[in-house]
Amino acid sequence: MTKNTLLYAVLVAATVAAPFLFPSYTAFLATLWLFIIVALTWDMTGGQMGYNSLGNIFFYGTGMYTGAVIAIGLYFPVGEWTDASRSEVFSVTASQYYTGMIIGIPGAGLFCGLCAFIIGPLFFGLRGPYFAIGTLGLAIAAGEIVSNIEWLGGGQGISMPHSPLHPDFEKVLIYFLYAGLGVVLFGFLRWFYSTRFGAAINAIRDDEEKAEAMGIHTLRYKTITWAISAVFVGMAGAISAFQLIHFEPLETAYQTINLGIFMVVCVLLGGKGTLWGPVIGAVLFHVFKEVTWNYILGGQWVALGLLIVIIVVFFQDGLMGYLKHVRPGWFGIKVDTKGATS
Amino acid sequence: MDQILFNIGLLIEYPMVNLKIVIDGVMIGALFALAAYGLALVWGVMNVKNLAQGDFVIAGGYTSWFLVKTGWLQSIGISSNIVALIGVPVAFGVMAAIGWVIYKLIITRVIERDLFTSLLATFGLAIMMAQIMNLLFGSDTQSLKLDYETLYFADGLIDVPIAKLIGVCMAAGLALAVILFMKNSRMGQAIRATSQDSRAARVMGIDTEKVYAFTFSLNAAICGAAGAIIVMVWLIQPFYGITYSVRAFVVVTAAGLGNLPGVIAAGLGIGAAEQYGGHIFGIGYQQAIAVTLLLIVLFFRLLQQRRKRQALN
Repeated sequence: MTKNTLLYAVLVAATVAAPFLFPSYTAFLATLWLFIIVALTWDMTGGQMGYNSLGNIFFYGTGMYTGAVIAIGLYFPVGEWTDASRSEVFSVTASQYYTGMIIGIPGAGLFCGLCAFIIGPLFFGLRGPYFAIGTLGLAIAAGEIVSNIEWLGGGQGISMPHSPLHPDFEKVLIYFLYAGLGVVLFGFLRWFYSTRFGAAINAIRDDEEKAEAMGIHTLRYKTITWAISAVFVGMAGAISAFQLIHFEPLETAYQTINLGIFMVVCVLLGGKGTLWGPVIGAVLFHVFKEVTWNYILGGQWVALGLLIVIIVVFFQDGLMGYLKHVRPGWFGIKVDTKGATS
Repeated sequence: MDQILFNIGLLIEYPMVNLKIVIDGVMIGALFALAAYGLALVWGVMNVKNLAQGDFVIAGGYTSWFLVKTGWLQSIGISSNIVALIGVPVAFGVMAAIGWVIYKLIITRVIERDLFTSLLATFGLAIMMAQIMNLLFGSDTQSLKLDYETLYFADGLIDVPIAKLIGVCMAAGLALAVILFMKNSRMGQAIRATSQDSRAARVMGIDTEKVYAFTFSLNAAICGAAGAIIVMVWLIQPFYGITYSVRAFVVVTAAGLGNLPGVIAAGLGIGAAEQYGGHIFGIGYQQAIAVTLLLIVLFFRLLQQRRKRQALN
């Protein structure tokens, strides 16, 4: 146990020190934390509960818009703010900006959780591929509809209030928001998966009919799990809104093929249904992406598609699954060599 | 909101507009039905839900477009209109070859795995194909503007371009050919046998691997031909693929597998529904309507299943 405590202490120290040690990589590290957050939340339903969603990006985009609407709407009329032809300039004071941030980020999380709570009972009747396609449809539909709502800026998107901070400090602030959310999420999941609730959602993954027969109210468990993951994705989305300053619906907010599929790739790369798998996968994928993206100019997305196909076809258990296979002892799995037949 | 009410009022005031919308919708719907039939074929035979369906359609469209734009055939004295028609069988052939390669490289490895694997693998394939087409042909919308005449009915309220009529006739002919092929040929029988019970088919001496490869290739070819017809009159763009995939899913989910009349009816119906939606809510919502229809159909099926105390899987 002490070994683990030491490991976590070192990691937290590294997290805190990283933006000061490598100031030019702060934005990179912030995005890394975003990847870790979305991968961990995807794994809650995808890996631990067996419901593979392709549309968790819906909560990211909704969080982004909710955060923006709260931050702006607290002091200004949103419709006038987003009006493309407006001539008057709104000036935002520092205290207004921070109030917007402090209320906007948790507000976005709560709103996304509420959304998941409402749509959960609709979607959780869909199983397997239908669930994946249905959630993908949800994300695409939401993006298309939002891009037609003039009140939210339409296809132009929303410009966030300008930060009163110097850009360098702003980056560090965003980094710590992401990192704080990520650490809280990781700690929460570590506890969450060890509870009876975690055991119940694992039972749903293994065999939903049997789980129901054992007296687990499956719909309630599924909806609550999805809502919790939505809260975190929504908060991450709201932080992204403050980070990006300007965002538009189809390419940034409801980016179905970028982040929406990255989170699945991260989890598959690291290993589904494990605590550390999504984290490791997110780090690997993000570093791989940042290193190679510039060299294959124009072909990045082709490479991404190829990567998805290769991971899914040849390496689906991910790194953790591979390690589990090679070194079962590390995971506390005892292999009975005598009983094993060749 | 006023705009929506105004548009609905227009429909009631001029009943002919309804007819125009239905005709337009049914014409494009015929092509949705083709793509959906291919999806139902692959889904039923090898239980792979192909999310790259729409990208096959778009790829077929670009094949035909490329054939016309390079002007090889025009240089030996064939007019562009005829080349566009030749493009349909060419796209059929090219996409059959591409489909076969994709089957051998990817699909054969995911058939036996769980359904999410094949879904995600084909999603990766869809991203890859869209991006390759984007690199090759650019991200502009393309259409072959053929100089066929347009027929007018009812004082010009209803306009039917002859190119559209030709396209719909070709789609119907292709569908008929595929149906006859499935009914009568040896391979068609093997495909149907495999879709009923692949293990039994193997016992009876059918090379199911070959059947799978052929089915996937046929599916890609049908989609490619549909795309070549689409590019004659309608627009294609590298990233339109996912919408066609979604429409194919809507049709198959609404009609159910192995229900050919249902697939055709649902295809025509979704075409008309989309045109109505586009008219009422404005053209900007067209993609959103296609996807929202998917959600509506899914929930409708879900309610049906729930009455039987079953989940949709």
